[in-house]
Amino acid sequence: MRYSALKIFKEAITGHKGWTPVWRSPEPKSAYDIIIIGGGGHGLATAHYLASKFDGKNIAVLEKGWIGGGNIGRNTTIIRSNYMLHENEAFYEHSLKLWEGLEQDLNYNAMVSQRGIINLFHSDPQRDAYVRRGNAMILNGADAVLLDQDGVKKQYPFLNFDNSRFPILGGLWQPRGGTVRHDAVAWGYARAADSKGVDILQNCEVTGFDIRDGRCYGVQTTRGNISAKKVGVAVAGNSSRVMAMAGMRLPIESHVLQAFVSEGLKPVIPGVITYGAGHFYVSQSDKGGLVFGGDIDGYNSYAQRGNLPVVEDVCEGGMSLMPMIGKARLLRMWGGIMDMSMDGSPIIDKTDIEGLYFNGGWCYGGFKATPASGHSFAHLLATGSPHETAKAYRMDRFSRGLMIDEKGQGAQPNLH
Amino acid sequence: MIINHPLLGPRDASEFAYLGDAALMRRPDPKSETAADDFYRYQYLRENTPGEHRELWFHEQGDRSWLIVTRNISTHEITKVELATDVAGPAS
Repeated sequence: MRYSALKIFKEAITGHKGWTPVWRSPEPKSAYDIIIIGGGGHGLATAHYLASKFDGKNIAVLEKGWIGGGNIGRNTTIIRSNYMLHENEAFYEHSLKLWEGLEQDLNYNAMVSQRGIINLFHSDPQRDAYVRRGNAMILNGADAVLLDQDGVKKQYPFLNFDNSRFPILGGLWQPRGGTVRHDAVAWGYARAADSKGVDILQNCEVTGFDIRDGRCYGVQTTRGNISAKKVGVAVAGNSSRVMAMAGMRLPIESHVLQAFVSEGLKPVIPGVITYGAGHFYVSQSDKGGLVFGGDIDGYNSYAQRGNLPVVEDVCEGGMSLMPMIGKARLLRMWGGIMDMSMDGSPIIDKTDIEGLYFNGGWCYGGFKATPASGHSFAHLLATGSPHETAKAYRMDRFSRGLMIDEKGQGAQPNLH
Repeated sequence: MIINHPLLGPRDASEFAYLGDAALMRRPDPKSETAADDFYRYQYLRENTPGEHRELWFHEQGDRSWLIVTRNISTHEITKVELATDVAGPAS
């Protein structure tokens, strides 16, 4: 069924009786050409691009719970391509371009809203660093505008410009950045993939791999054994757990990242703001809630909830940047599990086991990467070679000294 | 989280700095023939499986001792806290 304004109008006058389930719930077949493990944003996007761009047939997405129940439904919905290192910037710009055409591609309203993102700076050295980053972005075809204090004031007059310790001197603005309705991304990709014949198998947990003589022939699941020519793993947060079943150890630690939403308020924050003197960022959802977050808790965790010290830290950042936030009441908060990689950058690569492919290590940059991650992973699964913009995201870069360390923190996952 | 320090009693986790898996205490032999590969594994690869996890915490805002905390990383429950020096034994 194709969605359109006319369709909504027709359904409105006929009592909304014509809407049908958005995707099927098929029984697992005994064999597929390609299996994607993980029915989150990245897995569903991979299936969609395999079916639509690479003419993939006979594809299944395996999800242990319900689709979109993991980090695609637990993030702060921001899209941007404001990285400095070429390996990242080219990839995230590819992603932002795919976001821009996503709704037409999927025929689904994902509420892609390019409302702009500003990274504030508070000192001369930080300004220099942002100028450099802005130039790196422009060199990769992205947009970047350096704002002075007046430029920031014009957009956000309510920020704390009197802060003498961390004065707001200006910001690096990416007008094409913004937010997207996160759940709709999962549902839109699922619907588009399903319509091209992809089987989305929910409540189907992978319990083991069928690996013989260095080759992967399929998986064991809670809904029976399924064989496949190729298996792609896209389960960020649980990557180490799943890949351990294939006998692999990864350059990844799982950490918890918390996010917060206030009660619904009238429109006050038009875009996305990130604080440069503390870890705090904020935007306002279309429902009116202030959506904000900060650092990861900093210790290994598989619990989808965090602890209070980080709540305090985030709220202090918020109060320091925009004191008026203290009037807003917190409605809810939650935690998601991040694949924190050893250099802060992701992995999209083949493994040493033939027919087994890996996509993970997204740290807390996974949501904005969803379209490019899916597209690049589909490219790798279909053609056997990495996509142009994802060439650097190799599994062996740590042993070869080719880290993509945007922050320059070294192998300290809790600092990335 | 409250960490029950063997010397100082219950202390808030925010007094500590976190390093990670206690396996990091077992540094590979730099003179070994496989040293390059050993150090790659030591530096970059992690077990990172759910459930019980032995990990290093540094009491930065306290007595500056290193602790080995056994914690269930699926529930955050701490079951055992030891002084790293007790576990490592005397320096050779």
